[in-house]
Amino acid sequence: MISRKPALREVYVWQLPVRIFHWVNAFTITVLIVTGFIIGDPPAIMHGTAPEFNYWFGWVRLAHFIAAFIFVINLLVRIYWAFAGNVFARWNNFIPLTRKQINGIFETIKVDVLLLTPKPVYDIGHNSLAAFTYFGLLLVSIVQIVTGFAMFSASSNAWYAPYFEDLLISMNGFFPVRNIHHILMWFFVLFVIVHVYLVFYHDYIERNGVASSMIGGWKFINDKVVEQFLSEEKENERLEVDRKIEQSELKEDINA
Amino acid sequence: MDTKNKTFYQELMEKGYSRRDFLKFCGLVGGMLGLQSTGVAQIIDALQTKPRKPVIWEHFQECTCCSESFLRASHPLVGQILLEMISLDYSDTLMAASGEQAEAVRAESMKNNYGKYILIVEGSVPLGSPGYCTIAGRSAKQVFDESAAGAEAIIAWGNCASSGCIQHARPNPTKTEPVHKIFSGKPVINVQGCPPIADVMAGVITYILTFERLPELDNMGRPKVFYGRRVHDTCYRRPAYDAGLFVQSFDDENAKKGYCLYYMGCKGPNTFNSCAVIKWNNCVSYPIQSGHGCIGCSEPNFWDYAPLYSHIPNVHGIGIEATSDKIGAALSAVTLGGVLVHAVVTNIQKRKLIKNQMDDISINTEEYERQKARMERERERIANQESRIDNESEKTN
Repeated sequence: MISRKPALREVYVWQLPVRIFHWVNAFTITVLIVTGFIIGDPPAIMHGTAPEFNYWFGWVRLAHFIAAFIFVINLLVRIYWAFAGNVFARWNNFIPLTRKQINGIFETIKVDVLLLTPKPVYDIGHNSLAAFTYFGLLLVSIVQIVTGFAMFSASSNAWYAPYFEDLLISMNGFFPVRNIHHILMWFFVLFVIVHVYLVFYHDYIERNGVASSMIGGWKFINDKVVEQFLSEEKENERLEVDRKIEQSELKEDINA
Repeated sequence: MDTKNKTFYQELMEKGYSRRDFLKFCGLVGGMLGLQSTGVAQIIDALQTKPRKPVIWEHFQECTCCSESFLRASHPLVGQILLEMISLDYSDTLMAASGEQAEAVRAESMKNNYGKYILIVEGSVPLGSPGYCTIAGRSAKQVFDESAAGAEAIIAWGNCASSGCIQHARPNPTKTEPVHKIFSGKPVINVQGCPPIADVMAGVITYILTFERLPELDNMGRPKVFYGRRVHDTCYRRPAYDAGLFVQSFDDENAKKGYCLYYMGCKGPNTFNSCAVIKWNNCVSYPIQSGHGCIGCSEPNFWDYAPLYSHIPNVHGIGIEATSDKIGAALSAVTLGGVLVHAVVTNIQKRKLIKNQMDDISINTEEYERQKARMERERERIANQESRIDNESEKTN
């Protein structure tokens, strides 16, 4: 038996709402892609009965619409959680604004995509490149939601339907909107392939339990990485306190 | 006798139509516009008392199928609108006069009715070269600008004038543009279709004459009353769609049974028009009823979403004609291949890491040092600021 005892620490990374979001998102995207393909290119199913005895294509469309609504609500909850959740769920993970994040993107490309060095990049939450692609996924999702609702509105009586129908017609009608919706669907297919592969990849070489972390929320992180993270966090907090003190002093000065 | 100020009703009586014909026509138009019985009375009143509208009808890049559609209208009097109800002063296809005479009539009518006439445009206006469409020695653009200057409103009649139709399709060799792209400042009504249904045109003109305002338009400038619903939602084959019963080829059993043509590329689900309600050729039929899918002729740029017999259009600009599905599948295959190669290279490049032979699992120490130095600088800066503030406050005290 081969075994060793590395200096690892358990870190609670993914909170429950993040995990629920992930699996609901995975499920709805799967349903949306499958039903979307059927709606776009229906299979040749022959019936012996007349139209009034069948409704299967209607059910497929209904499944697509229900999945779409769950997808939207799920995404809204996640956007809320990007402001309410822990440090790994926060919005600023996903938009590379700091030098550290930008460096992280290049570092990850060098180490994990181009495989130029054997050393790994250690991150507790998302790595900078992954987080940035999730931001791209968010943008594509928004376009899919808008184009989807625009097309849905033509056969809906909901209060928001007239606005989306106006939008549909402003975008030159069904032809381009349908095409955009169909082409961007492929982005999700490509994303899923790469995403699932990278989970295997990271779990294989880093062995930090990234696959099971999306079920239980805990990851195994090297002690040094955790300590570095905590010390950075402490520094940041201290800086924040300093700034607050400075500001209050300034105010006092002005009052005096 | 002053023929210009005659009403539509007077004109019909002179032609030998009965009052019954006239009332039937008013009822038909009222029904199409969705008016109540009082609305129909308003139409009757307007057609009996108001002088006909002067109209200038310009033809640019087009095939005249719009005019042809008019001449095959459902009710005989709908076709008569063209000739009787509106006072058609200039139409280079239909008028008997030609050459100098015809142009003189046009100029005179435009002068006399300045600001009052309706300009009907059939065809798109090529901007590439005047040689593409020249009438009486002037380019289409010049002719259009002249006519548009004195018009009360412009009706873009047909897909050419509304969105360019086939001559506007990629790559648009004549650089042609629809009316609303080259003109603004006056209301433009887009009566879409290739050709549009004649009754729609009759309805729009009757509406303008009766209520003296334009009908309600959607964001593409189409009258909502005729273009508010999709062909798909009013199609009699819709139950077959919901049941998933599709024609798989034009000669199969399902085609005989009259099932849904969606699989054959029917663009009914993409198209706002009233073909399935008003129908064509004296309300006899419409494309889907005769077994062929809708081609979406009342939607802008419908030619660019070829082929007509597929729902998923070709993607342009990559050299070969390919549907997005083929490209997507190819990209997926490439990605899968890439992922496999990556997995193999990972095993080679990171073998030490995988076999746990790296002595030091180095965390990114350089980055950590940089970060620390940056924070130190920040702290110093703040400390400096504080001391400066202290000094200043001492001075003021």
